[in-house]
Amino acid sequence: MMMECKELTKWFGSKKAVSEMTLNLEGGKIYGLLGENGSGKTTWMKMVAGLTLPSHGEILYEGHPLCYHDKSEIAYMSTEPFFYDFMRVKDVGEYYGDFFEDFDAGRFVEMTEAMGLLSEMKVRNLSSGMNAKLKIAATLARKAKLYLLDEPLNGIDYKAREEIIELIIGTADGTNTFVISTHLLEEVESFVEYAIFIREGKLMDKVNLESERMKTGRSLTDIYMDIM
Amino acid sequence: MEYNTGAPIYLQVMNELKKRMVKGELKPGEKMPSSRELAVMYKVNQNTAARIYREMESAGYCFTKRGIGTFVSEEENMFENLKKEMAGELLANFMHEMRDLGFEKKDIIFQIEDYREDADHDDGM
Repeated sequence: MMMECKELTKWFGSKKAVSEMTLNLEGGKIYGLLGENGSGKTTWMKMVAGLTLPSHGEILYEGHPLCYHDKSEIAYMSTEPFFYDFMRVKDVGEYYGDFFEDFDAGRFVEMTEAMGLLSEMKVRNLSSGMNAKLKIAATLARKAKLYLLDEPLNGIDYKAREEIIELIIGTADGTNTFVISTHLLEEVESFVEYAIFIREGKLMDKVNLESERMKTGRSLTDIYMDIM
Repeated sequence: MEYNTGAPIYLQVMNELKKRMVKGELKPGEKMPSSRELAVMYKVNQNTAARIYREMESAGYCFTKRGIGTFVSEEENMFENLKKEMAGELLANFMHEMRDLGFEKKDIIFQIEDYREDADHDDGM
């Protein structure tokens, strides 16, 4: 098992953001993390990325307790913009290259160019769609074992979403693992293998979508409505 | 590709590939996309793409040359059989639906003969 969460819990003051989540992730799969805003998706991701400590419970990565070193194999993309305004697209590549040993500068250039991002463009002048593309290119240019993508499809137009999905599918090679949080069910339905449903910080279910379509003929939206 | 989201994705992609073979868009002996390309093309994951090729291969629609790629079968018979098989499936479906509406086989045949391809069958959908 590449990742095991045991009774993972996070308190913020008197609010329980994530509640006794026990969940295993297999290597080489694409997971969709589904739930309303405020259901605990981001908090769970930040804990698994090693950025926030759990209040209670345990995270095992490749069989050992998650530690600082594991961050070199985990690529996390947050919802917030994380580049400086004054940077140009090519500075972002260099900045990432300095930070992460697994960063493939050639692939970053290839991906940004394919999506119409010019190397001299300033972050400050990018549209929200362009910004989303830059974030995903920087994240996917790392050769990580685990990619945690928080809302990569949010707030951007259809065409940009399709381009981002294409990059994700092209990067997922069956050995690395993806967790993608979203509430755009139809957009991810054809390529996500397991859907993880979260409500009010609790794990509601983990469903293999293809077996579900085979056994019960239910679409992701049907399952979502049944569970949530 | 537009999917029926309540049916297995791998079967729908397989069906699409079989259709392309029957239509001659994928020719005997032609190299098929790599499973990575197939995944991007049909918006499916690697495991589904690999499964599609596994199933296509065991059904004899294509074959794999190690380290080179997957190729469309070169057996001429296979294409004829595939065409018949797909027609059979469509027909079985159609007959089932028509019988459900209460038509007998002879009524159905009569209707087919009476059917005009160029007529306006637009039902406003």
